[in-house]
Amino acid sequence: MEHPTTSTLLTWIIFTPSIGLLLIGLLLLTRPLTQLTQATLDHLSRAIGVFFSAVPLVLGGLLWASFDGRATGMQLVHHTVWMRAFNIEYFVGVDGLSVGLVLLTVLVSFVAALASLPWGIARDDHHHFSRRAVPGYMAMLLLLETGMLGVFCALDFFLFYVFWEVMLLPMYFLIGIWGGPRREYAAIKFFLYTLVGSVLMLLAMIALYFASDPGALGQAAFTLADGSTGKHTFNLLNLAELGRQGAFGAAGPILGVAFPRIVFVALFIAFAIKIPMVPFHTWLPDAHVEAPTPVSVILAGILLKMGIYGILRVNYPILPQATLWAREAIAVFGAVNMVYAAFVCLAQKDLKKLIAYSSVSHMGFCLLGMAALTPQGINGAVLQMINHGIISPALFLIAGVIYDRAHHREIERFGGLARRMPEYTALVGLSFMASLGLPGLNGFISEALTFLGAFPVFTVLTIVSAVSVVITAAYYLWTIQRMFLGPLNEKYASLSDLNWRERLTLYPLGALMLLLGVLPMPVISLMDPTLRALIEPLARSAGL
Amino acid sequence: MTEFRLLWLIPLLPLLGAFLSGAFGYRLQRRFGERAVAVVSVGLPWLAFGAAAWALLRLLSQGDVHALGARLWTWIAVGGLKVELALHMDRLSGMMAVMITLVGSLIHVYSIGYMKKDEGFWRFFAFLNLFLFAMLTLVLAGNLLLLFVGWEGVGLCSYLLIGFWYRDLKNARAGMKAFVVNRIGDFGFLAGMLVLFWGLGGSWSEAGYRPGEFFSLDFAELPRLLSGAAQRTLWGVPVPTLAGVLFFVGACGKSAQIPLYVWLPDAMAGPTPVSALIHAATMVTAGVYLVARLNFLYLASPTAMTVVAVVGAATALFAATIGCVQNDIKKVLAYSTISQLGYMFVGVGVGAYWAGAYHLLTHAFFKACLFLGAGSVILAMHHEQDMQKMGGLGRVMPFTRWTYWYACVAITGLPLASGFFSKDEILWQAYNTAGLGVPGWFLWLLLFLGAGLTSFYMWRSYFLTFTGQTVKIHGEEPEEQRPVITGVLAVLAVGAGVLMFVGLPEAWLGAPPAFEQYLEPVFKHGGLARVYPAGQGHGVELLLMLASVAVAAIGLGLAWWFYRGRSSAVPERLRAAFPRLHRLVQDKYYVDETYDAAVVQPTLELSRAASWFDSRIIDGLVNLSGGVTRLLAFLDGAIDKYLVDGLVNGLARLVRAAGAAARRWQTGRLPNYLAGLALGTIVLFALVRLLQAALGW
Repeated sequence: MEHPTTSTLLTWIIFTPSIGLLLIGLLLLTRPLTQLTQATLDHLSRAIGVFFSAVPLVLGGLLWASFDGRATGMQLVHHTVWMRAFNIEYFVGVDGLSVGLVLLTVLVSFVAALASLPWGIARDDHHHFSRRAVPGYMAMLLLLETGMLGVFCALDFFLFYVFWEVMLLPMYFLIGIWGGPRREYAAIKFFLYTLVGSVLMLLAMIALYFASDPGALGQAAFTLADGSTGKHTFNLLNLAELGRQGAFGAAGPILGVAFPRIVFVALFIAFAIKIPMVPFHTWLPDAHVEAPTPVSVILAGILLKMGIYGILRVNYPILPQATLWAREAIAVFGAVNMVYAAFVCLAQKDLKKLIAYSSVSHMGFCLLGMAALTPQGINGAVLQMINHGIISPALFLIAGVIYDRAHHREIERFGGLARRMPEYTALVGLSFMASLGLPGLNGFISEALTFLGAFPVFTVLTIVSAVSVVITAAYYLWTIQRMFLGPLNEKYASLSDLNWRERLTLYPLGALMLLLGVLPMPVISLMDPTLRALIEPLARSAGL
Repeated sequence: MTEFRLLWLIPLLPLLGAFLSGAFGYRLQRRFGERAVAVVSVGLPWLAFGAAAWALLRLLSQGDVHALGARLWTWIAVGGLKVELALHMDRLSGMMAVMITLVGSLIHVYSIGYMKKDEGFWRFFAFLNLFLFAMLTLVLAGNLLLLFVGWEGVGLCSYLLIGFWYRDLKNARAGMKAFVVNRIGDFGFLAGMLVLFWGLGGSWSEAGYRPGEFFSLDFAELPRLLSGAAQRTLWGVPVPTLAGVLFFVGACGKSAQIPLYVWLPDAMAGPTPVSALIHAATMVTAGVYLVARLNFLYLASPTAMTVVAVVGAATALFAATIGCVQNDIKKVLAYSTISQLGYMFVGVGVGAYWAGAYHLLTHAFFKACLFLGAGSVILAMHHEQDMQKMGGLGRVMPFTRWTYWYACVAITGLPLASGFFSKDEILWQAYNTAGLGVPGWFLWLLLFLGAGLTSFYMWRSYFLTFTGQTVKIHGEEPEEQRPVITGVLAVLAVGAGVLMFVGLPEAWLGAPPAFEQYLEPVFKHGGLARVYPAGQGHGVELLLMLASVAVAAIGLGLAWWFYRGRSSAVPERLRAAFPRLHRLVQDKYYVDETYDAAVVQPTLELSRAASWFDSRIIDGLVNLSGGVTRLLAFLDGAIDKYLVDGLVNGLARLVRAAGAAARRWQTGRLPNYLAGLALGTIVLFALVRLLQAALGW
């Protein structure tokens, strides 16, 4: 398959934040010459951070305009050889699976950059994350955005892996330096956990590389972007083509397990950690509780989507036989995620921890939906990623609002806040309702599609999963009751309602919740053809 | 179906009102007072009423048209599933829309008086408008999924309005209880949709199940799809039965039937207009509407019909017993609503959809009148709701008294009001039913006993409130309310009367009642039986009517005897004679307590257990593996430090020691070196000689 370069737009989107990173570096390096004061430096860094995350957002609009939703293949490809010795290429492009996530990333990153401003934070609060080591913080945020965008666009496994690791490092520092009291524990836990996944992914990637030999199928060698040929490949599309022809089934077993299965499991665990899937999820609550608000926003909004994305981009097309072998297990894990995490939510006392666990619960929908291999299921799963990517950032911003004011997040210690903060209460209500899947808001569309798609295939499992819908309503409403209703806790009688920074971040997300609830087709039609093409061969083999 | 896009005006006008008073109401109220808010948020529902009436007239004027439709855009289209954002008005939903907008608008007017000087005036009207939007979406929805939007939307508004005075935690809790119990019902609704999708959307072959090429949740398409799938079974149950029962679980949640009725009595924590609009006239009837809307599904399954009818009849009697011993006037009305909804479910359960719908309609008027009358009393009593502390209000509040009296006549099934005709039609249709899993006379008996109890507890509330010595509040007699309140009462009472003329029974007129004829096109389906009549004659119908009037009269008589003017000691003596029974009923059969112990606490326990498992076991293992790694690293470090490094350092130390020893020879004095040189030379020579000798060179 040839994929000539058609556009450099994606490269611009991916690396624009890095330009900001370099500028901040330049400012720091030339400081002995420019003699900038610390305050000026901080302001400049913030301006750079906001500007260089706004540019990708604008370019994202261009991406949306130039993306053809009816097509199934890769679009806006940028393709060139990177390291010839190992046939590694710089190969980026988007299809229906990734385009929504790229758009989500540029949006959420911009929201996170806005939320990182100290606008509205009490002047004497010098320990607030938004006032500590600002240039470093902004640099890390921009590097993180480049890493995330790269992961969603990369079509060369090696490039994918590089971006995956690029993303890990800034996240570690953002939690470890600008986080809460137990930040070091959380950061190290996050880092090690993800690193375990990375190692598995690295091994699986190398295994796939050496097992990719078109000669074994009697085909010509791979062609790189510049026309030269290679025996092995990291090219995800070529690997998928080989997988479709069953090339990996012939590869020798590893540790006595059939090659496709053990590679599938290794990749699956690597991605499951990011989802996060029970039982690999306990890094998430710690990371969220310690992370500063904007970092939580990015973590929940985008990082969690990489797991599902990875499975759909790597496991599904490259290892179709192993996917069919594992799909029931995936569905069971999905149901466990939904129900188990929902029950854990009900017992949480910390608002942020509750929201973190609700993320675990909601990502379970994706697992269940994608395991069903029905059009509704797969569309529900991917749409759930987008919807959760809009709702969960709002939820973490909400947790940030109250933490900035009260300096704690214990649900039980509030009460009657609706009286003092009506606007905040309304937005909390909207976000909670969207998250619990109230029809008319966006979460419902993806939940309903997931259930509709999964039920014909996994009847009992879907009914069991649907129990989480009731539990979800219970924990959210109970939270509202304990924090906002009842007599006002006089200790918090002086809390102020939302400021403009918070409005600017929350209202756009709230508007999207409403809009995508009644008008989801613009998003669904972007991705539907690609997703159908993705599951169609799988569903055919499964006899669906 | 005729396209009539202006149908969207009906739900969207109240939505506009909700948006306006929600976004700007606070400032409007501060700047211009309550009146400014009221103009917007009471005006728009009236406009919606106009739109609804206009649309219904248009529908009726086109005799051969079954329904009006209005499509906005395709909401969801994935694979074989296609759901339009489309409204649909046939005669049933048209009747509902007109009733909802009319009663709703009247209650909005009443609320201007009731919510006077409440600082949350604007918020109240925003929620109330939003409720109308959701309720109208529910009844006008063209497909099940859009209906579900309204279904959960009304639940949300109910939650918001029950907890309207949220500063009292009791109200907030009641709101939450309503929402969560409704969500349990919604779980059934959702499962019902899934079963339909499974049953109607796919195809079966030797190889197994295949997702279908076409599936619609459209009410216009579902009957056709269903007729091809009626024989399919899931888990050994036919699809129509399974789906029917699951949808009925949803209806039980929304319409407060056994076992999910527990939220409704608590919902009385909301302001009284809310109780009248949401928890009596409109929202709680959504379950009845759903069953009537899905009539083709239920007619395909006598089992599901039986379930609906039996649960309805049981609820009708059960709730009536509790109503007899409540002292809170709103609680009495709440249990009465649960009981009356049971009657409606029997109507739609036995296939007499028009009778269920007729009782729904008449009930909306007389129950709203009762609730608003109670609200008027509560206002006069300065928010006292205990009937034991009331009395003699009839003398000072004549308007309230006579409207309440007439509504009592209607609900207790005495002739000369619409309730008599709608309830008796249900009793008659129940009796005249065969072919269900339960004999018709048994359903009738439950309802008949319920009717007697209804008469007793309703007249009890009337006598306790309005007769006897007039009470004084802070030394003053209560006063009649303003016309904005009494006027609404009068209109509703008139409605409760006028509606009787559309339901005059066949036994009197010799022709089917006008209302039955009106709804006939909705329930006419080719190939499906309409009802399951046992073929009793009109003579039996007239006899049953007499029996109903008699039992209502007995209830009225007992209430008169026991409570009129509070002079009788009989209730006290009865209470003393059966103390345990009285306690059992007064404490509502301990159902709430049982649910708490059997469901709520175990759920919380389970959640705590899950949380413990998560932080101690799963995270414990993670931290344990971290700890083990650190221990290994420590051991490794120790080995490195003491063994490996020990060897290296040992060697170094040896070298140093040797060096130190050797250093002593480096004295720096020439004679010593010369001596050493000489000695070395001698030793070397000696060595060479020795070697030569030893090796024989």
